[in-house]
Amino acid sequence: MTAKELREALALQVLSEPDPDRTVTGGYAGDLLSWVMGRAQSGDAWVTIMTNRNILAVAALADTACVIVAEDSVVEADVTALAVEKGLNLYRSSLTGFDLCCRIGSLLGV
Amino acid sequence: MSEPVKFHFDVEGDNFSSAGEASVNVKKLLRQLSMDPETIRRVSIAMYEGEINMVIHANGGTADVLLYPDRIRIILADTGPGIADVALAMQEGFSTAKDNVRALGFGAGMGLPNMKRYTDRMEIESEVGKGTTVTMDVFLPGKNA
Ligand SMILES: Nc1ncnc2c1ncn2[C@@H]1O[C@H](COP(=O)(O)OP(=O)(O)OP(=O)(O)O)[C@@H](O)[C@H]1O
Ligand SMILES: [Mg+2]
Repeated sequence: MTAKELREALALQVLSEPDPDRTVTGGYAGDLLSWVMGRAQSGDAWVTIMTNRNILAVAALADTACVIVAEDSVVEADVTALAVEKGLNLYRSSLTGFDLCCRIGSLLGV
Repeated sequence: MSEPVKFHFDVEGDNFSSAGEASVNVKKLLRQLSMDPETIRRVSIAMYEGEINMVIHANGGTADVLLYPDRIRIILADTGPGIADVALAMQEGFSTAKDNVRALGFGAGMGLPNMKRYTDRMEIESEVGKGTTVTMDVFLPGKNA
């Protein structure tokens, strides 16, 4: 499934979607950046409540398919702008990280 | 043997908005050189963790990336406080990160372990009060003799 299809299925808010056709192959949840860096797989949808700009470097280098900010955690405008600039899909949801992961899991059939 | 292609970056200390920039640039450069994606991912993750460590723990430093025919070498050098007990620092979960950087998501004590895990060779030279140099090698696929 693509990032855009996942976003539509979960009714996520789009903060940045420069790469809608990126394939989502799995998921990872976490807020400690070097855990995510070490454990997330390329192509994962990354669920987090962290919203500072360092998440974008992690998403770019770990090569995640999209970042989903849970529980409507506040994302500053400069972070959103940077996500567009870096070509990174950044979404937001009022759901908890747990609920997002459950739904992503059933959508991906894992 | 011919001289390796070399990229050099200065890494600013305590600047969290530019932290990781050198690694993101290296990822771009390696992509342009059509390196294989897994190698690029390993190099950029290892370099990022080392770069962030220099930002957080060492007031900045320099990053050099050298492209050899069989490997990519990353050298991160700083003149920060040094690491008193390298074996302890290498343990998963060990961190001296302050609260202000923990609030940003750093300080899990997973950076050095990640660097070890994603590279084929890693060497830390550190002297308390003088600084730290981390050298890492990632072998190119099919060339790890
Ligand atoms: N360049 C350095 N200069 C001085 N101390 C360092 C340096 N790099 C690492 N350290 C020390 O080693 C410890 C462990 O480093 P490591 O990267 O594994 O974890 P961290 O940086 O504290 O947290 P994380 O990387 O998970 O965000 C650091 O907390 C710090 O005490
Ligand atoms: Mg670290």
